[in-house]
Amino acid sequence: MSAALEGLKRGAVAIVGADESDLGQVAPGTHPMDLMAQATMRALADAGLTLKDVDGLFVAASQVRMGPMAFAEYMGIKPKYFDGTIIGGSSFMTHVAHAHAALQLGLCNVAVITYGSTQRSVSRAAASPREYNPYEAPYRAFIPPSAYAMAAARHMHQYGTTREQLAHVAVAARQWALMNPKAWEKEPLTVDEVINARMVSYPFTVRDCCLVLDGGGAIVMTRADRARTLKKKPVYVLGVGESLSHANISSMADFTVSAAVESGKQAYAMAKMKPSDMQMLSLYDAFTITPLMFLEDLGFCKKGEGGPFVASGAIAPGGKLPVNTSGGGLSYCHPGMYGLLVMIEAIRQVRGECGQRQVKGCNVALAQGNGGVFSSECTVIFGSETAL
Amino acid sequence: MSSLMEQSPLGVYQAHLAKGELAYQVSLDDNKPFFYPRATVPGTGSTNIEWRVSKGLGTVYTTTVVHYKGEPPLNVAMIDLDEGFRMMSRVEDIDAMQVKIGMRVKFRVNPGDAKQPPFPVFTPAEGKS
Repeated sequence: MSAALEGLKRGAVAIVGADESDLGQVAPGTHPMDLMAQATMRALADAGLTLKDVDGLFVAASQVRMGPMAFAEYMGIKPKYFDGTIIGGSSFMTHVAHAHAALQLGLCNVAVITYGSTQRSVSRAAASPREYNPYEAPYRAFIPPSAYAMAAARHMHQYGTTREQLAHVAVAARQWALMNPKAWEKEPLTVDEVINARMVSYPFTVRDCCLVLDGGGAIVMTRADRARTLKKKPVYVLGVGESLSHANISSMADFTVSAAVESGKQAYAMAKMKPSDMQMLSLYDAFTITPLMFLEDLGFCKKGEGGPFVASGAIAPGGKLPVNTSGGGLSYCHPGMYGLLVMIEAIRQVRGECGQRQVKGCNVALAQGNGGVFSSECTVIFGSETAL
Repeated sequence: MSSLMEQSPLGVYQAHLAKGELAYQVSLDDNKPFFYPRATVPGTGSTNIEWRVSKGLGTVYTTTVVHYKGEPPLNVAMIDLDEGFRMMSRVEDIDAMQVKIGMRVKFRVNPGDAKQPPFPVFTPAEGKS
């Protein structure tokens, strides 16, 4: 565990505002920062704060390379503290950890973490151009799907995981999405439909892969004392963990074990909690294999048992462990770097704002961010006042 | 590794491929191989590095088949070379879906074209892992 994280105090800071921008397919010409601005002002309104209160800014976006600088200009603010760490979809969990440190040290008082993407409008290739890798470019792997597909293939080989079991992850996500008015997908989905859909990168069909949509979001953080004076019940940051394991999938030591083992261990230690204390999970589901492996790596089932676990219905509505109740990146929204939306659902569950899909009495929720190709894993554990 | 003013890790690698060789680096401090080629040893930063030529025999660690619209299915695989390093590559001369984890494979140079320098691919080999 890094020294910085060891200094973070459980429950010292809280989420006080959270919201999405418009999601799906936005109007032609919309800039990713238009979505960030919309989400930021919605999240501030959610908190009962104004733009003038913001003195900490955390931005990561593939279409806005120098995020904090560009977005500070757009909003017309001069933040005292800023961070543009970009490690893929888990960037925002890392921003929570870094904002936690900055708030706790008094380097800023109100931190906004935001993201926006127009990848559906401009195409994924245009929104997230790949860096040239001379050692791997000749093989024309479809990255990221092929990288996760190779992890899934290895998991299938080692543990007997099946395509049907993977499909259950997509089916459960769809069942939850049907209870979320903001979800992109509106029709039911079956295991057979997942398996027989268009093949993308074996063993993945298009239904094993996340949506490609426009969208963004923002969350607002303050220290716990101020959080208690604001509009909504604070959602405290109980634990955080972050871990980098590689950048290219070829450098992943074991394709069946992610660095979520490490980030989870850090977050549980800081929260002084264990997996069985978690009442709801928000697990980055870029592909069906990702939540399956996170269930194993974060201690909800043994390594290799993720397949039977998801096929049992455990993570679907009515199951013993609610996972991705928004519908996830597979059925709700995936705007390229999805981690901020992963956290927003966990925050809403702890607040009790999820309507038909609300997990009863949810006081503790875990959000797992994933970046690159199982490359950067970051964990955040949120809790209500009851969980403090 | 000598000065980067004289040669780059990629340059040395590609020069070997032009001769039909798959080259990799070994840290002489602990005799550990690593790939992709670098200016320094991962984990230590040491420059006590030796280039070696692989025997070209390896095992498929994992595999996928990419379906690009309007193209035949394309294999992409991770190969564990017998010398102890892993690389992304492709297994050719076999149906893409018949490339199996654990399959023994042998290195061959794909000559590339005007835009793409020669690069390593693999073909099925005798024996089991």
